[in-house]
Amino acid sequence: MNQQERIRVLIAKPGLDGHERGARVVAYGLRDLGFEVIYTGLRQTTAQIVQAAIQEDVDVIGLSILSGAHLTLTENVIKGLKENQAEDILVIAGGIIPEEDKPAMQQMGVHAVFTAGSSIEEIADFIKSTKGESADD
Amino acid sequence: MARTDSWENLVKGVINGDVRLMARLITVVENRQPGWQEAMKRLYPESGSATVIGITGSPGAGKSSLTASIALKLAEKNLKVGIIAVDPSSPFSGGAILGDRLRMQKLFTCEQIFIRSMATRGMLGGLCHAARDSARILDVFGKEIIIIETVGVGQDEVDIVKTADQVMVVCVPGQGDSVQAIKAGIMEIADLFVVNKADKPGADEVVADIQSMLELSVEADQSIPSVIKTSVVNNQGIDELVEQLLQARQKGFLSREKESLRIRAEMKTLLEEEIFRTVSRVWQDNEILEQLVMEIRERKNDPYSAVQAMMQVYKSDKN
Repeated sequence: MNQQERIRVLIAKPGLDGHERGARVVAYGLRDLGFEVIYTGLRQTTAQIVQAAIQEDVDVIGLSILSGAHLTLTENVIKGLKENQAEDILVIAGGIIPEEDKPAMQQMGVHAVFTAGSSIEEIADFIKSTKGESADD
Repeated sequence: MARTDSWENLVKGVINGDVRLMARLITVVENRQPGWQEAMKRLYPESGSATVIGITGSPGAGKSSLTASIALKLAEKNLKVGIIAVDPSSPFSGGAILGDRLRMQKLFTCEQIFIRSMATRGMLGGLCHAARDSARILDVFGKEIIIIETVGVGQDEVDIVKTADQVMVVCVPGQGDSVQAIKAGIMEIADLFVVNKADKPGADEVVADIQSMLELSVEADQSIPSVIKTSVVNNQGIDELVEQLLQARQKGFLSREKESLRIRAEMKTLLEEEIFRTVSRVWQDNEILEQLVMEIRERKNDPYSAVQAMMQVYKSDKN
């Protein structure tokens, strides 16, 4: 078990919202499903998140946003990843994200949006299957 | 994910200062993916110029906060810093929460600083298998000072002493009386003691306990490790601490003996890992392990004989 490859996930909270319960629940849940989760805490700038993702060489970034600024923040993260030739990192998002914003999120390159009511297994399965698929290309 | 870079490319990236490729190589080496040994073989001759500082101490002693403060000071002095922060893997799921970056937010966008969080992945000595290798990669990449922060340790996780040029043991007030200070293990490996959270009551007592321990233990011709009081929240003692670290770096601290000891330790670790991997591969591939577990469960076999029989295969190979 020890030498196996582990999927590495960065759980990040961009912007000015102080609600980290959701992020912690996801981090903890993924840990229990065998993921290595890097948690960087509250109030991150999008530049900080991009740098952390690159240095940690994560497979996935999970953005938790409850401030209402999800469109701008997510767009900036994705832009930052592109600027650093790191757009192969999977981006998923969660938090308070209205149904009508989901298409826009996906348009800008978010692979999935998990709002309240999503299960950890759902998130884990999504990451595993998406990562598995793209590894084959 | 397009993770198809060959190790040659990744090594080239490290030498050319490409952060992304360097971070990838650390992943390859950490996972022991194909080519990791080739990559390390290529990098080894280029390594050896960085100073490796180990920071260890109990959980919650303030290792990450101290690491952040030290790294920031070093960066202000125009030094390039690499940080390897180790946190424990779950013994059940194998997953981990790597939370050391929480205390290092100020450093994320500092160009001179690179931070990598790593999980222990079953290793017990306070580090992970790839900590030493990753430090070497950072060294070749051009980092001048590499800080390795161990997991929160108890009394006996002392692997850091076999990896770091200089070990800093972080203590805090309120963790036991003076007898704790004279026990074997972690208190013996320090080149430098830090009593952190010095804004809390009891810090002076801890300093006194450590100092009286040092007077008992240090031989006449040895230099006595310093004990420095720090408080990260008040930014107290950090300058002095960094000064000490840099002074020691200038002097150079590795005797030939110590270096030989360390090379021996590294070879032993690599050999153990290699043997373990080879044997467990054979066990898994041929489902021998499952078979043995079943036999042992039914009391038809015992774990001692099973292991001995396995090793016999290798011994008879040789004869």
